[in-house]
Amino acid sequence: MATVIRSTPTPKNLTGNKAGELQPISIVDLSHNYGERTALDHLTFQVRPAEIFGLLGPNGSGKTTLFRILSTLMVPTGGKAYLQGFDAAREPNKVRQQTGIVFQARSLDIKLTVAENLKHQGHLYGLKGATLKRRMEEVLARVGLSDRAKDTVETLSGGMQRRVELAKGLIHSPSILLLDEPSTGLDPGARRDVWQYLRMLRDEEGVSILVTTHLMEEAEHCDRLAILNEGKLVALGSPLELKSEIGGDVVTFETADALAAEALSQKIANRFILSPSVLGNAVRLEHEQGHKFVTEVVEAFPGLVDGISVAKPSLEDVFIQRTGHRFWTERESA
Amino acid sequence: MATVVATASAPRIHQPRKVGIWTPAYTLWLREIVRFYRQKARVVGVIASPLLFWFVLGSGFAHSFHSGSAGSGEYLGYFFPGAVVMIVLFTAIFSMMSLIQDRNEGFLLSVLAAPVSRSSIVLGKVLGGATLASIQGIVFLVFTPLIGVHPSLSAIAVSVAAIVMISFELTALGFAIAWPMDSPQAFHAIVNLILLPLWMLSGALFPASGASGWLRILMRLNPLTYGVDALRNALFPAQATEFSLAMNLAVTLAFCVLTFAASWAIVNRRTNKPAA
Repeated sequence: MATVIRSTPTPKNLTGNKAGELQPISIVDLSHNYGERTALDHLTFQVRPAEIFGLLGPNGSGKTTLFRILSTLMVPTGGKAYLQGFDAAREPNKVRQQTGIVFQARSLDIKLTVAENLKHQGHLYGLKGATLKRRMEEVLARVGLSDRAKDTVETLSGGMQRRVELAKGLIHSPSILLLDEPSTGLDPGARRDVWQYLRMLRDEEGVSILVTTHLMEEAEHCDRLAILNEGKLVALGSPLELKSEIGGDVVTFETADALAAEALSQKIANRFILSPSVLGNAVRLEHEQGHKFVTEVVEAFPGLVDGISVAKPSLEDVFIQRTGHRFWTERESA
Repeated sequence: MATVVATASAPRIHQPRKVGIWTPAYTLWLREIVRFYRQKARVVGVIASPLLFWFVLGSGFAHSFHSGSAGSGEYLGYFFPGAVVMIVLFTAIFSMMSLIQDRNEGFLLSVLAAPVSRSSIVLGKVLGGATLASIQGIVFLVFTPLIGVHPSLSAIAVSVAAIVMISFELTALGFAIAWPMDSPQAFHAIVNLILLPLWMLSGALFPASGASGWLRILMRLNPLTYGVDALRNALFPAQATEFSLAMNLAVTLAFCVLTFAASWAIVNRRTNKPAA
């Protein structure tokens, strides 16, 4: 055969590329201010088709602001957010057709049954009659709640309610799913369930999924991540890529207090020609061969070190490396 | 990595589905009705309390202030249209309180994020509240024989029309007030400050003709006065009323349009501030 049909490969890096607007979600130079306060500071990134994209950041990093803009509930003060090529600020109704949204707060009417909630949601998206009925059965089967359709929502457990929220967001077969902190308030079992459903949607239906989270463990599940800090994009890539950029091990020495940490940091810097960072009463640095380095330090400066940890880099290490402070700043004082 | 499966499925971009104005409005309307009848205490409270109010308040007033020649029975009769409007007002307030609850719980968020024209949201919510208020106002007409009134079919038709319009205007007004609010307490404050005085100065409790000068002007300016007067026109055709029926209905209708437009305008603002 002479004709070879080839699917266009996804370009590796679309940042700043015109073609970026064809991605499911494309954020271009997006900014938002609440009066004087800057919540989002010139963000640019894309979410690719059929990936689970994580938006990781501590509270106040701008996740919620970005989520509001993507869900068309707020118009940004600068830049653009495109969903399937439609501008969220200028064509909200077209964007809304494409996206399913699961809010952090419960959006179900607890006085109504599961089926009634889904029916109302379907109506809001223009689904009616037999089509709606079929979709209701499909989404309930999808989240494993077919037998609970006639129960009022208030009689369901928190985990089940979140699954109904997911079903609700899926009723109009969206190509993009936005979830705000989907595992808030769920026990580990229910949390695993939610993630299992998300993977199924990605793999079987090709849905592009954006998840906001402040949990490192959860971010690990994402195909790619954007890490936000104070409204700025500090890192973008797969969890593995981001962690491997750090190189080697992360070594942390704990000392008696902040002063001792500062002193130890100075000594290490002078002796080994490295640039460790001080986080509260700990000294942290990256080293190719952590375990060997640790013995050298302890032998060189006896008595200064109270505790030692050598670990493979975590996403928190990525965050520290990019921002110079811990993910949860409260922890420093603890 | 094992997760590269999905590139096979083409990006599924939808042909935009046409979402009309009526289906979403209908579904929001239906939700109001279902919610109401599922909360039995609300049903009982809203039927029983106006009856109690009308009888106790009406009898009390009648005995305390012998206004001219009017006896106790006559005041109960006078107070009847006012009691009907009170039921309507209470129900309207209650259902618009649910708007604040919807906002706080997150239900409203999912409605706002749906591809629904903002007018459907106002329409569904206001019609829902207005339907409940109307039904209860109309049910209260059953008690007209207690005041010795046996209304003709046309009188019933006019009463029903007036009740429906009053329900709509009060619910739409409540909507416009409740929309920007996020606390039920603040809404209560406004209810006490605006909605209750609106009712008190509508000729529900005492006629404008007997009021002092400035009070009479206030009562003439009060759009609800015309609704109450329209009910009086219908139930007591023999008695002279403040305004003609046509004028009463026209003013009430105009206020329906005005309050709905106000709600619509408030909901349609798209801003750089959080929507909810």
